Parts: sequence; C-alpha cells; structure tokens
Amino acid sequence: MEECLNIASSIEALSTLDSVTLMYPFFYRPMFEVVEDGWHSFLPEREFELLSSVTNEWRLSYVNKEFSVCPSYPPAVTVPKSIDDEALRRVATFRHGGRFPVLSYYHKKNGMVMMRSSQPLTGTNGRRCKEDSALINATLRAGKRGYIIDTRSLNVAQQARAKGGGFEQEVQYPQWRRIHKSVERYNILQESLIKLVEACNDQSHNMDRWLSKLEASNWLTHVKEILTAACLAGQCIDREGASVLVHGTEGTDSTLQITSLAQIILDPRCRTIRGFEALVEREWLQAGHPFRLRCAQSAYSNSKQKWESPVFFLFLDCVWQILRQFPCSFEFNEHFLIMLFEHAYASQFGTFLGNNESERCKLKLSQKTMSLWSWVNQPEELRKFKNPLFEANSLVIWPSVAPQSLQLWEGVFLRWNRSSKFLDEAYEEMNNIIEYNKELQAKVNALRRQLAELETDDGMQENS
Amino acid sequence: MFAGEHRAVHLTTYPWVENVKLLDRYTNRKPANGTLYLTATHLIYVDASAEVRKETWILHHHIASVEKLPLTTSGCPLLIRCKNFRVAHLVIGHERDCHEVYTSLLKLSQPVKPEELYAFSYNPKMPKDSREIGWKLIDLKVDYQRMGIPNDFWEITDANKDYEVCNTYPPEVVVPKAANKATVLGSAKFRSRGRIPVLSYLYKENNAAICRCSQPLSGFSARCLEDEQMLQAIRQANPGSPFMYVVDTRPKLNAMANRAAGKGYENEDNYDNIHFKFIGIENIHVMRSSLQKLLEVCETKSPSMSDFLTGLENSGWLRHIKAVMDAGVFLAKAVKEEKASVLVHCSDGWDRTAQVCSLASLLLDPFYRTFKGLMVLIEKEWIVMGHKFSHRCGHLDGDLKEVSPVFTQFTECVWQLMQQFPCAFEFNERFLLEIHDHVYSCQFGNFLGSCYREREALKIFEKTHSLWPFLLQKKQEFRNPLYKGFTVYKELKPNTLPFSFQFWCGMYNRFDKGMHPKQCVLDHLLNCMSQKMKLEDNATDLENKLPFLDNPLPNEVCSLSKIVNASVESSKTPMLNTPQDYEREPPALLTNGAIVEEVDIIPDQDQKNKENFANHHDLPDLNSTMEVIESDAKKEKPQHQ
Repeated sequence: MEECLNIASSIEALSTLDSVTLMYPFFYRPMFEVVEDGWHSFLPEREFELLSSVTNEWRLSYVNKEFSVCPSYPPAVTVPKSIDDEALRRVATFRHGGRFPVLSYYHKKNGMVMMRSSQPLTGTNGRRCKEDSALINATLRAGKRGYIIDTRSLNVAQQARAKGGGFEQEVQYPQWRRIHKSVERYNILQESLIKLVEACNDQSHNMDRWLSKLEASNWLTHVKEILTAACLAGQCIDREGASVLVHGTEGTDSTLQITSLAQIILDPRCRTIRGFEALVEREWLQAGHPFRLRCAQSAYSNSKQKWESPVFFLFLDCVWQILRQFPCSFEFNEHFLIMLFEHAYASQFGTFLGNNESERCKLKLSQKTMSLWSWVNQPEELRKFKNPLFEANSLVIWPSVAPQSLQLWEGVFLRWNRSSKFLDEAYEEMNNIIEYNKELQAKVNALRRQLAELETDDGMQENS
Repeated sequence: MFAGEHRAVHLTTYPWVENVKLLDRYTNRKPANGTLYLTATHLIYVDASAEVRKETWILHHHIASVEKLPLTTSGCPLLIRCKNFRVAHLVIGHERDCHEVYTSLLKLSQPVKPEELYAFSYNPKMPKDSREIGWKLIDLKVDYQRMGIPNDFWEITDANKDYEVCNTYPPEVVVPKAANKATVLGSAKFRSRGRIPVLSYLYKENNAAICRCSQPLSGFSARCLEDEQMLQAIRQANPGSPFMYVVDTRPKLNAMANRAAGKGYENEDNYDNIHFKFIGIENIHVMRSSLQKLLEVCETKSPSMSDFLTGLENSGWLRHIKAVMDAGVFLAKAVKEEKASVLVHCSDGWDRTAQVCSLASLLLDPFYRTFKGLMVLIEKEWIVMGHKFSHRCGHLDGDLKEVSPVFTQFTECVWQLMQQFPCAFEFNERFLLEIHDHVYSCQFGNFLGSCYREREALKIFEKTHSLWPFLLQKKQEFRNPLYKGFTVYKELKPNTLPFSFQFWCGMYNRFDKGMHPKQCVLDHLLNCMSQKMKLEDNATDLENKLPFLDNPLPNEVCSLSKIVNASVESSKTPMLNTPQDYEREPPALLTNGAIVEEVDIIPDQDQKNKENFANHHDLPDLNSTMEVIESDAKKEKPQHQ
C-alpha cells in the first residue's frame, strides 16, 4: 500500500514539474539523423519572402528584436510599409500587452488582408491613438471599409473598458465596421473538455444520459461557434472583398483560432502538410499562444489550473471537422492532427515548450532541444500522415456549421474507449485501393513508353 | 420533354404551373424559380433559373403530407413532406393555382384502392419472361438449403398451403421435424393470429436456431400442451444445449397488460428448460412519435448545437435504435456463444420480431451482408413473414395509427453497423437508401400488401415487377469499394455503448445537401474502381501489343502484372461477383452456390433497359460527380447565424 502511494506521489510530482528545464525535451536524444533542422524551417523571413512575391505594401519590422515592445510577439513581424517603427512603438502602448496589429494573412485572390492584435486600451474615458487608426487604415483600399471582428460579445467588450481595455469606437474608426462574434475562452473551455471526457468515459448503456452529457459539455457548441466566426472572417475577405482585423482581449487565444481557421478555409497552402506546419508555427507559436499555461494538464488534473485551456485542441478539432467535410482537400490525415494534439500536451520535442518566442529564446530551445518538425518531416514519418485522397484543390472551402454536420472527434475522444480495429482496416483498405491504382497507372505509362520506343525503333529500321 | 423520361406521362392532361419557387430550407441561397408539373405518378419541378436544366422528381406515393402555409408577399407557400424525408417548400404565385395543386396532390398521394398503386402501371418495357425470371431471383428454399435444411431436425412443411394454420404466414414454413401436424395446429390455436413458432435462422456450426412467433394466448394461467411440445421440439433440435431462450421483445409492462386481454407471455414453469427474457423495445406508436420528434429536430431552421442535441435526446430515436441493436446482439450472442436456440416474439411477431431476427442473422452470417444476402433477408424475415408494409408505410389512404417506421429502424441498424464495420458489407449506404425509397414508392410489387396471401390476391407476380433485379443492375453504384469479401469477417460484435450510435444525416437530412460532406469519399473510391478496370484493360492491351520484352521491366512492374492478369480474369465474370477482386482469393461460394445463381438472370436486358432504369432518383451521376463537387465547393455559402 505504502509503495503504491509512493509511486503515485512520484508520478504526480514527475508529471507536474515546475521547472521547464527539467522536462523531457532537455534530456531527449534523438535516435534519428536530422536532415532538416525544424528550428529553421519556418523563419519569418522565409514567410515574408513569399509575401513579397505578390505585394510590396508590407515590410518586415524588427522593432521587437529585444522583445521590449511586445513580450509575446516574435522579433520580426509584418506591418504596413507606410508605418515606421516609432509609430509601432506608440501603437503598442495602446494595445493590451503591446500586441499591435500585425499581418496575419494576405489573400492573393483580391489583395485583402487579415490582421490580428489585442484589444485597444481605450478605457472608460475613450482614450485614443492616432497611430493605431493610421496603422489599420493603411491596409484599406481607397473608399473601402474594413471589418473588425471582436471575439467577445458587445457586453463583455464594454465591461473590459472598466479594466482599461475596450474596443474601437465608430467615431475614431469610421472606415471600420465592428462585428461582435462571441467565442468562449479560458476555464469555460477547460470545464467543457473535462465534462466531455467524463461523458466519453461513462460506460453506462443509457443513451439519454450520453446525449445529455454530450450536450451539457458544450464542446460541440464551442466547435460550432469558432467555425462560425472563422467563416465570417473568411467571408468578409473573400466575399465582401474587405480587409479584416481580428482581436479579443489579449489576442493570444480565440483570435488565433479565428485567424488560423480562416486561413485553412481560404488558403490551399494551409491544407498541405508543410503549409499547415507553417501555419501552426506562424499563428500559434510565434504569435505567442501561451502553450505552457494552456496545455499543462489537459482533462485530468487534481488541482484547478487557472490558465489551463484547450484552445489549441479546439482549433485542431475544428480542422478535423473541415477535413471530414472536405476529405480530399487536405494533404494530411487525421493522424497528423492527433499527433499535433499529443505533442502540444506532452512531447520529447521542444517545439511547444514555453509561452512565446521570448521564453523560448531564453531557454535556448533551439540549441538544447530537438524540434518536432525535424522529426515529423522525415519522409518515413510523413508517410503515416499523408492523406491518400488528397487532390490539390485551389478553391475556398466553406464548411457547413449545421449541428448535423459537426461530429464528435472520435479518433481523439473515443480513442481509449473502444477498439478502432475495423476503422483502421478500412483506412488501410482505402489506401491500398488508391495506391494500387497509382501503380497501375505507372505501369500503363511505362508500357506506353516502351511501345512508343519500339515503334520508333521499327520506324528507324524501316527507314534505314 | 424530361431528360429522364421513361414512362408514358400524359403531360397534357395534367396541369402545370409557372413561376414556382423552390426554397432550400437549409442554405440561404436564392430560391430556384421554375415550373411545376403534375403527372399521373410524379410531381416534377423544373428549375428554370439554373444554368443547367435541373429537375426534381417527387413520386406521389412518397408524399406523406401536403400543407398550405399562410400567404406571404412572394406567394402562396406549399410544404410537401415526403416519406423518404425530403421536404419541399414551394411558393406558388397565385392562390388559386396553389389550391389546385394542393387538392390534386392530396388526391394523388393517397390512393384508395391497391390497383391505383404505381406498380400496376409501371412499365419498364421489359420482355414478359425476364419479368417473370425477375420474380424468381430470390428463392428462399435456396437459403434454407444453405443452412442445411431440410436435415435431421428441421423440415420445410406446406402445412399452411391453404392458409389454414395462419393467414399471414406463407404457405411453406420451416418447423422442427419432431413437431407433427397436431402439434402445429394445436400451437397455432394458442398463438396470436396463429403465428406459430417457425425457423428464422439456423446457425449451422452448432445447430442453435433463431425461431419466431407471436405472443401466446396465455392470459393469466392458460396453457397449451401442443405449444409446450412445439417449444420442446425446437429446443431438442439443438442437442448441444440443455435450454433455450424465449425472448419477448416488448417492455415487461406492455406484455403484462396483454394478459388481461387473454394474451401475454410464456410462463417459465409450464415449459421445459426455457429461459424467459424481456427486451424492452417500444411499440409502433412510440416509434412513430419518436420519428416525428426527430424529424422536427431535423427540420428546425438554424438550430443551435444545444437545441439539436437536446432535441435528438428528447426524440428518443437513438435510444430505440440502440434497443433494437441490443436485442439483435443478445440473440447473436446466445446463438454463437451460448450455443442456445432462441424463440423470439413481440405481440403479433411482425414488427419488433422481424427487426430483431433479421438483425441477428445479419450479425451472425456474412452472406446477409452481400447484395443478394440482404435481399434474401428482407424477403425472408419481412416480406414473406407478413410485416405489414402496406399499413406501416401508409401505401393507401388508411389508419394513420398503423403507420410506423419499423423498417426504417432496421435499415438504420444496418447503417450503424456499416459505420462500425466499413469493410464488412458488399453494398454501400446508397443501396440501403434505394431500398428504403422503394419500400414507400410502390413502384415494384415486392412491398405491396401486408402478407403473402394478400400479395397473391393482388396478383403482384403477374402484374408487377420485382425490385431485386432492378437493384442488381445498378450494383456498380451500390457497391462498397472497401468490402473485404465474404470470408474476412464472420460474426460481427458491434460496440453498443451509446457513443457508438450516430445520427444518420444521410437519411433524415438526406436532401439537405449543404449539410453533407462536400467531397464524397465513396464517389472517389467508386471512381477508383472503375478507373482500375480501365487501367487493367489498358495494361493487358499494351502487353499484348508488345510482342517481346527484351529488356525486363522494373521489378515491381513485373510482379504487378501477375496480379493484374489474375484480377482481369476475375473481373470478366458476369455481373461482377467479386467486388473484392484484387490481390485476394475469390469469395467463398456458398455450399449451394447461392451467389453464382444470380449471375445470368438479366444479362441481355442489362443493356437494353439501361436508360429505362436511369434517372429515378437523385443519386448523382458518377461521371459528373467530381465536377459537381468542385462547383459545389465554389458555390456553397458558409452557413452561419
């Protein structure tokens, strides 16, 4: 008995390490040869290069080189060319946590953009900042209006003023229309996850109980909410031909869910493996989603973790929902998403450690730990994550958000509660069918070539 | 006039109305504008606003209700709800036109006499003998043979040839050899409507049997020696087990209430070695109202997630589906694992009993998971054994309290199993939907009437066509590309925890295309299958053209060609019996060759009548599917708010 308790307390202690540097990634020695160092795979400079090939209205600013302007931003951010670093510094003082508006996505099709930031610090007396409106107005075409998508309800946004926060007033931003699209946050999401996991673990045969627990968990409600907001952002850009600024309070959680999902919907590149990795790197890691705080314990934990919240997990769930509705439009499969979910919570790799780039720098992660991408992007690992149905699709893909169209992500939530043998077999079978066709096609091509060669040979012989 | 026209439609004698809008109840898309035609059999809506001519055909028999809604500024709305869960929301410009359409539809959708049913006028212009052969496609004797019957314990008897024993049973039934005529007749007097215990399925490996009957007329204390002998005979036909189960699929309370009416359930003390058990599946009335509630949920415009899940729960639908599934699983387990025979009944033994027996067979025997097998199963447990399709589906104007989605529930149970075992079924979801459509369509004779005797009286074998050969012709679009063949899975043991049951969007929201995945894996794989055939032909062609292969091909190509040749041969078998034909052994044939038999029944009409059979329904044309997906992806608006 005593031994058991000892083991329990050891596990408890080991699974809730206080110091980051004692964690697995710092001791992990890779058993594979690193071909491409993942720490350098998705540098902001590389992303900016891609952008420069289609527009010259933007520049890469190093105003945050020392993390002094905004501690949760990376050293390099993309901002309108016409706005200088001095202005950025001033805008930073007007935005929560210094998170001034930066470029999140450029829609090649019509040149519209999506930016993200944190809330403006207007406070109760309506403080304003000239540079702030100048910054976001710089992204507008002449005579065109933009949309600000606030991920809080109007009520919550108004209350935020009492604490020094707030929202963009029409008077000061006449060229912008504000839309409040409320998305739940923090501990509400965490409670939702705990309830859902509890429901999935319930072995009772009572159907009503299951459905009512599923409903009460609200998990799928959150999925629907987030997807709806992402569709809205996408619609403003693609349909209305307007630029968009997205923010909530801090701009590190629901904001990132919306901006990253909108990109999945709009940008075919984000539906490739490489592109999705770049998206996670850009919109989550470098954008300063506090992974260490949010993904510490997941659904089971003894102590109430104030900052714990499955924000990134919900994002992955939403991606899975879109993948399910567009099974041929993604280069990766469900396993890829599950892999990311796992590594976000516990990993031998350093990628998801820390809360932002500044912390990662201090921890010297790129020297002391291995990047997840170094491992994932090896050809033999990638093979497991490739979707056999993938056929590049350059279109915008609008998911349905009707309740009938959204499902429980079984691959994650029921993973340990039921055997997936028959579903795995089906996946395997599907893979075989498609692979076999590819081989056949290759064979037919080879035979054709051979025949053509023979015929030209014959022709030459006849001619000679 | 119509792209898919294949019937003699006298358009001129029927009215048409122009400027009719068809609202899409789900998307916010602009409503279509077009013309509405009423023919003798169909309501046809032709969308004039679309770039490509788009027709919506609704069979009058499919219409469950027509409702006139309050006048709006854009016209007079008409809400048409169909038995296959389509909801068509039309808006007609003029009130007078609307009323005319309304009254015509009411009349057309509620035929009074059986002769008015579509099947009696449906004429696919097929030679008389192939129509007759079509009716012989399913021979239940062959299925009994497959189970090894007749054998030492079971025999096929014609005791009911003049419907003396039971007028809702077929003339021939399978009973224990040990039960003589007196036992049969005696038992019939003690069973509700004379529906005596007969064999449903024999599990050959251990001789355990599934039998079915109606409730005993036991009241509070009555007993019947012959009935007791009958059960004993069933038990003794399975020497491997000392006992048998008697399963009453009703909730205990309902069964007890029946005792007051002189009916009831078996008293364990009166029968030797029976284990009696209740499995609470609710009655047809509860099921009808449950479906009603489910459909209300499905029809709700822009429901929240919470509305939907609460509505789903309150409808009780999935609870009922689970109850049927649980019962099927119990039966299969008793037979397979406990090696015990089971006698199943409910009240009359034609609703819940049919569901449960057919589901258990499907779980136990992979044959029933093939095209032919499912047809046999439906024929055997539903059509022949007197499930009252005519009443349950409301084919004729009649008592609405008799209508109940009993067969729909069975169909859904099969679908739920397909979700858990995607490689175990030869057919895909569309096959189930097609059958379900035709149960209501009355286009074929199979489901008319309520029992064998009635069908004989209606002369359906002489006057109508059978559905089954028609379905087999469309096998290619109904096949499951993931099917692994006959031998891979034997009995299925589904998980029946609540989370294993999904809402079947493809059935209850089938016509709300916006809700379905925008790209269809099934279509993709079906395309692969047909592409494969072409490629294989190509490869053989090319190989024949290459007279000698001096320089050997790369290794993998060589090994491939062997496989290709092998499967090319097998794919030349008529009617494609080998959906799982690559890299695998051919399917195990049944001892009696049941699978082979179907093969050449309709080969020559296959070509001729192809166009006749086309375009009955809304299944997407396979060739154009990919384009449809692309354009859909483009057009589809995000649905939020």
